[in-house]
Amino acid sequence: MNQRVRLTLFGSGAVVMGVFFVISVHSLPSFGGLQHLYRDLAVRAALSHTTANIVSSVNFDLRAADTLGEETVLLASVIGVMALLRPALEERELLPRERGHAMDATRLMGYVMMPVTLAVGVDIVLHGHITPGGGFQGGVMIAIALHLLYVAGSFRALDRLRPVNVFGMGELAGAAAFAMLGICGITFAGAFLANFIRQGQLGVLFSGGAVPLFNIAVGVEVACGMTVLLAQFLAQEITIVKRGERP
Amino acid sequence: MTMYAYGVAGWLVLIGAYGIVVSRNLVHAVICLSVCQSGSYVMLLAVGFQRGASAPIFDSSNPPLAPVVDPVVQAMSLTDIVVSATVTALLLALVIQIHKRHGTVDPDELSALRG
Amino acid sequence: MTVLVVLAFALVAAAGTAVVLSRDAQRQAITLSALGLTLTVLFLVLQAPDVALSQLAIGAAVVPLMVMLTLREIRQHPSRKDRSARS
Repeated sequence: MNQRVRLTLFGSGAVVMGVFFVISVHSLPSFGGLQHLYRDLAVRAALSHTTANIVSSVNFDLRAADTLGEETVLLASVIGVMALLRPALEERELLPRERGHAMDATRLMGYVMMPVTLAVGVDIVLHGHITPGGGFQGGVMIAIALHLLYVAGSFRALDRLRPVNVFGMGELAGAAAFAMLGICGITFAGAFLANFIRQGQLGVLFSGGAVPLFNIAVGVEVACGMTVLLAQFLAQEITIVKRGERP
Repeated sequence: MTMYAYGVAGWLVLIGAYGIVVSRNLVHAVICLSVCQSGSYVMLLAVGFQRGASAPIFDSSNPPLAPVVDPVVQAMSLTDIVVSATVTALLLALVIQIHKRHGTVDPDELSALRG
Repeated sequence: MTVLVVLAFALVAAAGTAVVLSRDAQRQAITLSALGLTLTVLFLVLQAPDVALSQLAIGAAVVPLMVMLTLREIRQHPSRKDRSARS
């Protein structure tokens, strides 16, 4: 099947789909309209559990089963990448000898921004039920903060800071903690992933019941998972060489 | 305005699919898949938007009776963004291994099944 | 307010087209980062700060980094065509 046949096939499919799309957009509610059924139900349910951030409440309280599925997909993808990028029989791992070259300004920014980003990431995870944020966003920020060391030019420092097997175990611990919180829901409140902790006042740190705990579990899992993922890609580029070749 | 907003989402999906069809480099195809996915996020958020409403987070400046936009579609989008990044990583790892085993990342040259 | 929404949608459509039409994969990593930024602005204008945070971290930092590392890996081990052309 050459390029022209492929394009013609795609073109005809796109035209048909475009026609159906335009027809169905006319049946959708208008953009910016006032009628949102799920919003009314979700806001009412989240406020009854005293969670100020309704999106976090939907993720970890009202529809926590979906989030369990999503973070399992994350775990499976990281395991898949680890299996795919494992050094093959004809390759071996070798740490580079010299330091990387980066401009002084880049190195300064990297060293200064790393603790700031780390602190902001941890803050976003812990306050996920009061302010915008949560486990997913904060976890990615923590992983990025660690890799600012690589941006600042020193791969060896990054390599020493993140032993990959410890971070792999951290990721599994986060996923297991999520499931354990679900089982605590069965034990104390009668349903899997139910909100089993007594809710406090709206808008303070101790509110939302078990939502902050779910945030922490997901934050640990996403941070460790992203670090392991990036470690595989970096190892492919920097430390893995064919047997008999120089790096 | 309705057609414009949903049309941008549909355009992103269409142009992403077009990019995958005409791609000569597997990494280019994976990135076009990512564009396709962001079209779906734009669609979800456009469905949930309400003019004049604020973000679905209540604090002292936004008391619990004020109108907010739909939080359910936002919850769907934000978990999906993080998870699809890891799936993109899986696809890129596959591309790396394809390049190591077959020496090329051009999808037209990879179509022959080896015996 | 509506002008901002219209402008944000237009920027997203333009950035998405730019990503697909840039053929060189290295240039695509940069335009992908720009698409991530325009999507963040659109999500903010549509009153979704959680989604904007998520998109900013992922689409402007993590995915372009992975794409660039993949491209460097592919360039370091030259393809069979280059090897046979050299020998």
